[in-house]
Amino acid sequence: MSHKHRSRIATRRQLRAPIFAALGDETRLSLVTKLSGGQPYSISQLTRGSKLTRQAITKHLRVLERAGIVHSARRGRESRFEFDPEPMAGIKEYLDFVSQQWDQALSRLKALVEN
Amino acid sequence: MNNRIEKRIKLKAPVSRVWRALTDHREFGEWFRVKLDGPFVAGQVSRGQMTYPGYEHVKWHAIVQKMEPERLFSFTWHHSLDPNADISKEPTTLVEFKLEKIEAGTLLTLSESGFENLPENLRLEAFRRNDGGWTEQMKNIENYVAQTS
Repeated sequence: MSHKHRSRIATRRQLRAPIFAALGDETRLSLVTKLSGGQPYSISQLTRGSKLTRQAITKHLRVLERAGIVHSARRGRESRFEFDPEPMAGIKEYLDFVSQQWDQALSRLKALVEN
Repeated sequence: MNNRIEKRIKLKAPVSRVWRALTDHREFGEWFRVKLDGPFVAGQVSRGQMTYPGYEHVKWHAIVQKMEPERLFSFTWHHSLDPNADISKEPTTLVEFKLEKIEAGTLLTLSESGFENLPENLRLEAFRRNDGGWTEQMKNIENYVAQTS
């Protein structure tokens, strides 16, 4: 493995550490799950249906924002939060994932037709 | 970047058998892990529910493109995991199965293309699957927090 490649992996790992830390909380994880649908949400929308106060939700959103998982944009009087998948994974990872799923599916197909 | 998946697999079964496993909706559902509402018809929508463990809430929605007997079967499908999404409007990728008779049986070539059309939020799923899995990471964090607090 080249030095360049190794250092890139190390950098990626370093970049991911704060992401894992930010997601190591049930509230934040549920906020990310909601936002990962792609729709931007205001703090009021995210607070609705939650037992937590608006301040508590805001605090959690700021942690996610610092980790780069979500970003906010002002719209009128309110900030709207949006999921930002970029620090998490690139399209390469998604292709690898789908590729693995196909390997598994094709081996099930093989078992079915060769029996 | 090559936004395409291609796989070739040799199957020790006649082309007619492989064709049935691909295009009979019950047989397809068995190995693909989806419960389909009805048979595949070229040009028509195919609906169903995934049976893949962990994805049972995900709807299957594909449009059958080509059915050239014992040669080519293709469909477009979406990748959305959001049960509330309007899946008929979601962007899709194209899946193609090409069959070729060989001495040992059938050479099957699978390709999937069009990943550049997909929304970025899908990549979260890939992230969950990588680095030893999401559950594993959550446990690590839990242990770490328990030790340090």
